[in-house]
Amino acid sequence: MTLLALALPAAALAGCARGAADDQRDVPAVPGGAYSVALTEPDHLTPGRTTSSYALQVLEGLFDTPVTLDPHDGHPVPLAARSVQTDDQRVWTLSLRPDTSFHNGERVTARSFAAAWDAAAYGPGGWDANSYFAQIEGYDDLNPTDGHAPATRHLSGLTVLDDTTLRVTLKAPFSQFPMLLAFPAFAPLPQAAFADPEGFDLHPIGNGPFEMDGGWQRHQRIDLRRATGYTGSRPPMADAVHFRIFTSKDTAFTELRAGHIDFVTNVPAARAYEAKRTFGRHYSVQPSGTMDYLGLPLWDQRYADPRVRRAISMAIDRKGITRAIYNEVFTPADSLVGATIPGHRAGACGETCSYQPARARELLRQAGGFSGTLELYFANSDPTYLQWMTAVANELRQNLDIRDIAFRTMSGADLAPLLSGHKATGPYRQNWVADYPSEQNYLAGLLGHGNRTGWRNPGFDEQLALGDAAATAEQSIACYHRAEDLALQDLPLIPLWNWQDQTAWSGRVGNILLDPYVAGLHLEQVTVRH
Amino acid sequence: MGRYLARRLLYAIPVLLATTFLIHALVFVLPGDPIQGLAGDRPVPPSVLAELHHRYHLDDPLFLQYAKYVRGLLGGDLGRTFTGEPVADALVGRWQVTLRLGLTAWFLEAVLGVGLGLWAALRRDGPADKAVLAGTTLVVAVPVYILGYLAQLVLGVRLGWFPVSGVEAGWPASYLLPGLVLASFGVGYVARLTRSSLLENLRSDYVRTASAKGLSRRRVVVRHTLRNSLIPVTTFLGVELGSLLAGAVVTEYIFNLPGIGQQVFQAIQLHEGPTVVGITTVLVLVFCLANLAVDILYGVLDPRIRHD
Repeated sequence: MTLLALALPAAALAGCARGAADDQRDVPAVPGGAYSVALTEPDHLTPGRTTSSYALQVLEGLFDTPVTLDPHDGHPVPLAARSVQTDDQRVWTLSLRPDTSFHNGERVTARSFAAAWDAAAYGPGGWDANSYFAQIEGYDDLNPTDGHAPATRHLSGLTVLDDTTLRVTLKAPFSQFPMLLAFPAFAPLPQAAFADPEGFDLHPIGNGPFEMDGGWQRHQRIDLRRATGYTGSRPPMADAVHFRIFTSKDTAFTELRAGHIDFVTNVPAARAYEAKRTFGRHYSVQPSGTMDYLGLPLWDQRYADPRVRRAISMAIDRKGITRAIYNEVFTPADSLVGATIPGHRAGACGETCSYQPARARELLRQAGGFSGTLELYFANSDPTYLQWMTAVANELRQNLDIRDIAFRTMSGADLAPLLSGHKATGPYRQNWVADYPSEQNYLAGLLGHGNRTGWRNPGFDEQLALGDAAATAEQSIACYHRAEDLALQDLPLIPLWNWQDQTAWSGRVGNILLDPYVAGLHLEQVTVRH
Repeated sequence: MGRYLARRLLYAIPVLLATTFLIHALVFVLPGDPIQGLAGDRPVPPSVLAELHHRYHLDDPLFLQYAKYVRGLLGGDLGRTFTGEPVADALVGRWQVTLRLGLTAWFLEAVLGVGLGLWAALRRDGPADKAVLAGTTLVVAVPVYILGYLAQLVLGVRLGWFPVSGVEAGWPASYLLPGLVLASFGVGYVARLTRSSLLENLRSDYVRTASAKGLSRRRVVVRHTLRNSLIPVTTFLGVELGSLLAGAVVTEYIFNLPGIGQQVFQAIQLHEGPTVVGITTVLVLVFCLANLAVDILYGVLDPRIRHD
């Protein structure tokens, strides 16, 4: 104890850390070696059972999905498939690479894909990625809403033509389908996954560049090693990757400073300046597809006038908030879709998303003012939510003269049903993590059928459908733009800011490729000094 | 003594039933839907929602839920967490960590606390006494998370004497630093308790008598004074064992120890009924047993206290 008491003044002087971070020399690009990555505990390691980004980071190494997304612009590139083709955006043919196998030697065939997708789409399985299969024909039969068990276990839209050819029929044309195929839920599964699902979840057998080295040690570590039989297009540089599981991101960052781990892909925003100072060029900030919004309850008469919604949007100083609370790691949003998405238009939101307190007050006056308590709904899962909501509340008080503002903060479990049941009576925090880099994912996910804001616009639905049926990427993007414009005009959802990913790494590793899409850190590319 | 033990152990059964029911009811009345909460801002398809509600008995009324839970309990089944891990498995792995941490902290509290208290009392008003008083005031006053991050930064990162976090170095290396941080409040408290209790007894008549008889100072302090003075300390340490196990939430979080504290925190956030109830049941058991051990120890320390 006395030891600790004496150490107190010394700690105040603790400046930069010792450890491998100081090594600024280039890492030679030779194969071999092992490195470690800080991770948050995943929920599952069976591809279709998870949508958690922590699980996806591990699955990126274990599985080859039919396609992958180009790390620079997000366009789909064949991976386990040789090609993905369609004539009408509705019937898709996947030709798979021949002669590939799972880590246990079982051959990967079209059946391995069909079996995995059937399992994920089967409602009573309760798999997390279930809704990703909603566009495939036969999904509704596997997910009856009347409480009865489904009569079949197979998606009628999947046809195995031969070992290397899978035909997929969708319910309606959907031009963005190849992007969806980069999501881990579309990876193939071997027989072992169905013989012993719980065992498989702890020791998944994939078809990717890395295989499991021992089982998943819950809450402690997951070890991967180079897969010996891998013949795919992304052979790994390093021999092994060790994921160490942390509950506290601060502790993970401290371990990086101590030189005990090599990667932290979620540096806390509060430590941005410290990370920049300590890690220099071993630190990167780059835009992610995640965004925050303020959703509006359109069923409440006070928010029914678009002028009220625009006034609220214009009264919020996005730049000030991202600087004060997120150390400029988050950037102000001016569009409904993330900045990393192909087709993203900077400034699509125009003056509606710019800070204009005088104009905001004028708009609210024109709309007849605001009466009663303005309630702000958000979950208590992160302390920064309260911080930015407080800032928003202050700005609404100051700029719109709304005096009576209250916070409705609760756990995520309490908030979700309130929002989906249209029982919230005030603006709420809405967050969106892009599943695939398409405007369609944001627009349909946030404002499509049955959305939380209660907004409906036939023109918007029509433009989305046109985009889904368009033959080229350019044509679909043009339709999605028209849909976005309609939504921004009505503003049921106020864009706030784009998240950015902060990553820091040690001097032991090089050739770092991070992408804002599904893959995150490209595990196979990393080289190690050894 | 045997009858006393049996009676005390039998008391534990209604206590356990009542607590588990109470916790179950508390989790049950929490508003909201844990399954939707898990999915975050993404809607869950109705078919999946219905299946998961059914799987975790969330669609049953409270008493049926509880009855199903107790039936499972009698068959040795504690249910499953929302990630599908059997609660029993999770508890076994995590209790080992928490038990090691708790016992390490408890041991440090007992040895350091009693030792420092004794040292200070025997050198009353000297520099040693003043140092102990100042040091204990400091550690009792500083919040655990500040002490934790400081210890981690200074002793782990800067000096490299201890692992920074995790349990991979095994016992005792991985547990010393978090154990010390967890014990800090108790060490301060036990040292002060021992010191004042000892000082009080050192002034009493029987101590003067013992000294007058010509007994060595060592014998007077250890056999005649310390033994008496430890009764309030034992009471504190007994209750403290339970608190250490239950209160490791912050320490386990800072030092990334996969123990019960971490889990109970996450489980409450996720409304994970079976996990919360399972952990609580074990905690109640620990509290019951620790209290029993304290009561029995009284008799050893002070022969006038009898159980029959």
